[in-house]
Amino acid sequence: MQLSKVIGLARKNSIWPLPFATSCCGIEFMATMGSTYDLSRFGSERLAFTPRQCDLLMVMGTISKKMAPVLRQVYIQMAEPRWVVAVGACASSGGIFDTYSVLQGIDQVIPVDVYVPGCPPRPEGIIDGILRIQELVENESIRRRNSPEYQELLKSYGIS
Amino acid sequence: MAEVKHNIKLPKESLEKTTQTINLGPTHPATHGVFQNILEIDGEKIIQATPTVGYIHRAFEKIAERKPLYQVTPLTDRLNYCSAPINNIGWHLTVEKFVGIDIPARAQYLRVIIMELARISDHLICNSILGVDSGAFTGFLYIFQYRELIYEIYEEICGSRLTTNIGRIGGFERDFSETAWTKINKFLDEYPRVLKEFEDLFNRNRIFIERTQGVGGISAERALAYGFTGPNLRAAGVDYDVRIQKPYCRYQEFDFKVPVGTTGDCYDRYLVRNEEMWQSISLIKQAIQKIGELKGEEATKYHADAPDFYLPLKKDVYTKMEALIYHFKIIMGEVDIPAGELYNAVEGANGELGYYFISDGGRSAYRLHFRRPCFIYYQAYPELVEGSMLSDAILTMSSLNLIAGELDA
Amino acid sequence: MLNSKFVLDKLIEKFGEVITGYEESFGLMAIHADKEFNLKILQFLYDEEDLAFRFLTDLTAIHYPDHKGEELVVTYLVYNMTQNFHIRLKFALDINESNIYTASQLHPTANWLERECYDFFGVNFVGHPNLIRVMNVDEMDYFPLRKEFPLEDQTRTDKDDEMFGRGGHFNFGNFSV
Repeated sequence: MQLSKVIGLARKNSIWPLPFATSCCGIEFMATMGSTYDLSRFGSERLAFTPRQCDLLMVMGTISKKMAPVLRQVYIQMAEPRWVVAVGACASSGGIFDTYSVLQGIDQVIPVDVYVPGCPPRPEGIIDGILRIQELVENESIRRRNSPEYQELLKSYGIS
Repeated sequence: MAEVKHNIKLPKESLEKTTQTINLGPTHPATHGVFQNILEIDGEKIIQATPTVGYIHRAFEKIAERKPLYQVTPLTDRLNYCSAPINNIGWHLTVEKFVGIDIPARAQYLRVIIMELARISDHLICNSILGVDSGAFTGFLYIFQYRELIYEIYEEICGSRLTTNIGRIGGFERDFSETAWTKINKFLDEYPRVLKEFEDLFNRNRIFIERTQGVGGISAERALAYGFTGPNLRAAGVDYDVRIQKPYCRYQEFDFKVPVGTTGDCYDRYLVRNEEMWQSISLIKQAIQKIGELKGEEATKYHADAPDFYLPLKKDVYTKMEALIYHFKIIMGEVDIPAGELYNAVEGANGELGYYFISDGGRSAYRLHFRRPCFIYYQAYPELVEGSMLSDAILTMSSLNLIAGELDA
Repeated sequence: MLNSKFVLDKLIEKFGEVITGYEESFGLMAIHADKEFNLKILQFLYDEEDLAFRFLTDLTAIHYPDHKGEELVVTYLVYNMTQNFHIRLKFALDINESNIYTASQLHPTANWLERECYDFFGVNFVGHPNLIRVMNVDEMDYFPLRKEFPLEDQTRTDKDDEMFGRGGHFNFGNFSV
């Protein structure tokens, strides 16, 4: 039994999310946390609202250009290892709002791991996104965060 | 950034030498939506609050100038997304009044059922989140299950849970199926018992009363000066309800009371919303009874006869020539509307939601302005909060039921 | 009982030439007047006992690029709550000289509504306590809801205009840029 497998198993079943809920997808997230589509059975019982203590940044809702620096600041404050899931069409690509004031996808400012499409996505869709994050977490090598490819990725976003 | 005064002169008995500036939001667990407040505090007491908004500005009014009328409905969904059907039906009522379409009685009663369900669902969120913010998480978990029942009803009728895009200009896209009626009746059977249980947890709860009574109060004169409408104004003592002053959708035939508070503080707002949920349940029961009393052809028509706006049935589109031509005209946006302007308001869950629609005879609106109640009454927030404690500021914000989508449009 | 003719007659009796016109649509009368008198007219409608329009429901602006000299129209919708009656006032401004007195002392509701008009159209409200942008980013240097500015963000490089029916070889004729 390799140590990395044990670590992967432990990490994937105890992800603490930070719900960065701005608009309608946030209400669907509240329904996901309720009893019918319980999210805490996957280990995400404790929702932290502080970036210093959580692993997964769930961006739910439209991010406007006024909000983008705030989002970047929250991402920079998170400690490694950190993952990002973009829930909803607005966070993935700007959604139906192709306007002057909406950021067309959060991957313009931070690196994203999983995109969940939908407007708003059904709670089953959000849970599917979390399950894919769990797959990524389980199979990630422990050395990934120090590797040169990852440092390149962060540098391309201007986060060093 | 907004203008903030620093180093305000504090009274002599204060222990601190200067005030402390803290930033409440835009990302904060207790602000429901993205609002920022720059607070100047002296210990725990708030001396001054400066709100800034616009963190979710999506330019709805500019988008609406581009879209044909039936494509504006998904935009209105995202205004007050907790009670999306009220926004949709309000927009449809505006267009129907402008163009001059008569809606049959059955469609109007069905609309009343949907709007009152949406009102219950919005007040549910507001009251249970008020409980969560004062520390009581149980009420939220138990009562959110009933929101799932409402979502199932919407899903049966229009296909979507939250951002419903319900109905059409001229009525509904299909009649309510047997499953929908079963679900509505199931909701009406089960919900009153749960609401009673929720009231037993909160109404006479010592801790809740101490946290909310006397907090964030506003007098009726100041509320009217600030343009409050909806439950916040009714809690301050003024009984202004658009459903009674300018009735729409046959509300004048229904028998319901409008609850009014006295001091306008958080506890009064909580009680007014609670009582409105009871009134909504009674309205839905009356609407179902009135539908049962309709006879003859009136009992089956769920949409108006407006071929320029209402998409024809698919089986007609595939078989009849006229229906095909109208379908093409509507989808390609070839329908011209007369020139003119209209202001129409409905009673949203937060107050008077107004649509100011100006047309120049083209295919889309020349200017569409939404009179958003949240935007107008959030201006009073500094006045409500100055002089109170930091924790009172959080409760005041959540009892006002601010929805970010409606505030910023 | 209040009706539109009564209000119009009282306004013409008090202000005379300042009222430049009126129109009625769907039961609501819109009274056009000279912009210098907006605060005086609102104050008169507030103070008079038999008019008593003490609730400001809505304040917004409209841009008509074709009416030279009167491009921006600022409109107020006031309401008499006891008698359940609305009336609309419209004031036309020139786009190069768009100054109008603020109503925020009389109706505190108008504070943010005027900031929104400034943010979207560039109307300058003289005497406003804090006239800065409310919805858009502070660094924006144009007024987005004016008709000459487009809806989309012009700095995008990843959209293929031909696929969206704009530019390129396709012009369906129902889209005006």
